[in-house]
Amino acid sequence: MNAALLHQELLDEQFIQLEELEAEGSPNFVEEVFTLYFRDSTKTLESIGQMLEKTPVEFDKVDRALHMLKGNSRSVGANKVMNEVIRMRDLIEEKNLESCNATYEQLKKDHDELKEKMEAFLQLQKQVKAAEKPPQGDDQEPVSGTESS
Amino acid sequence: MGTAAEPQFHVLAVDDSLVDRKLIERLLKISSYQVTAVDSGSKALEFLGSRGNNGRSSSDPVPSVSPNDHQGVEVNLIITDYCMPGMTGYDLLKKIKESSSLRDIPVVIMSSENVPSRISRCLEEGAEEFILKPVRLSDVNKLRPHMRRTKKLKTHQQEPREDSERHELEIQQSQHHPSQQVPQHQQQKSSNNNKRKAIDAEEGLSPDRARTRYSGVATF
Repeated sequence: MNAALLHQELLDEQFIQLEELEAEGSPNFVEEVFTLYFRDSTKTLESIGQMLEKTPVEFDKVDRALHMLKGNSRSVGANKVMNEVIRMRDLIEEKNLESCNATYEQLKKDHDELKEKMEAFLQLQKQVKAAEKPPQGDDQEPVSGTESS
Repeated sequence: MGTAAEPQFHVLAVDDSLVDRKLIERLLKISSYQVTAVDSGSKALEFLGSRGNNGRSSSDPVPSVSPNDHQGVEVNLIITDYCMPGMTGYDLLKKIKESSSLRDIPVVIMSSENVPSRISRCLEEGAEEFILKPVRLSDVNKLRPHMRRTKKLKTHQQEPREDSERHELEIQQSQHHPSQQVPQHQQQKSSNNNKRKAIDAEEGLSPDRARTRYSGVATF
């Protein structure tokens, strides 16, 4: 499924890096990172929305929030969201409020799309992992050796 | 885990982004470093001040967490984000280099933005390297030669080892990664005192290295 995500350019190379880090003995790493990411990004988007509704709009504040969002998006490989953030930052620089608002709506959409797909992906992955795991417990007799799982 | 004989190097990571802290922590741990991650420059200084690195007398004599020996926990390298609210990575770097007890700790700067003037500024102020985000494992692998090696260093601030050998090693080990579209800026030796700036002017070592540092833009 992640191939599909990549193909749609939702995610980029950096996501693969995260998966590799998970493979290096840190199970659930990808899930943990994205949980943190979305917790942050959801809040940030909310506050940006509020800032855009104020008069006058505090553009530098919005920009700072976007800067953080951009960085985090880049760090998790959320390519599409990141590009949208960059677009919005350009508009903020121009203080083009109307276009900002439009871009903001698009950004929210992309973000929510990513969140939805990511959650589905992680859920699926969990199921796959659970299915692949050898049954633990009563079926598993300790091998006569020192090997322990 | 690292080899039993060698204690792990301890890296202090500073980044206001929770996501990035998580990332850098994982990267460092995979590379067998001990990690402490804080979210601001001031917290970093606080941490450093309460450690064995501190030359000043602190009000509480005993560090709150001291998993290592009685000499206190050492920090062998600081890796910090550049863009942080309040105290930037650059500000933190300056403070560290201005501190007699802390200046020996190598500092590496991370940034998501490739701004040549920013890079030069940091390197001139004494940063060992400037790494572009997102940080990769290959970047973290390059940190090893910069690690402050000797644990005894904190009690021997005037240790004269100019590390010419170590510098040689760094030159050999330094690699450039042309595959990265925005190349990192390799830095020269982690010289550890205030003579640094004077020395640099008459750097007897590899001229390429000396040039690169001041060219502002890495040319790989």
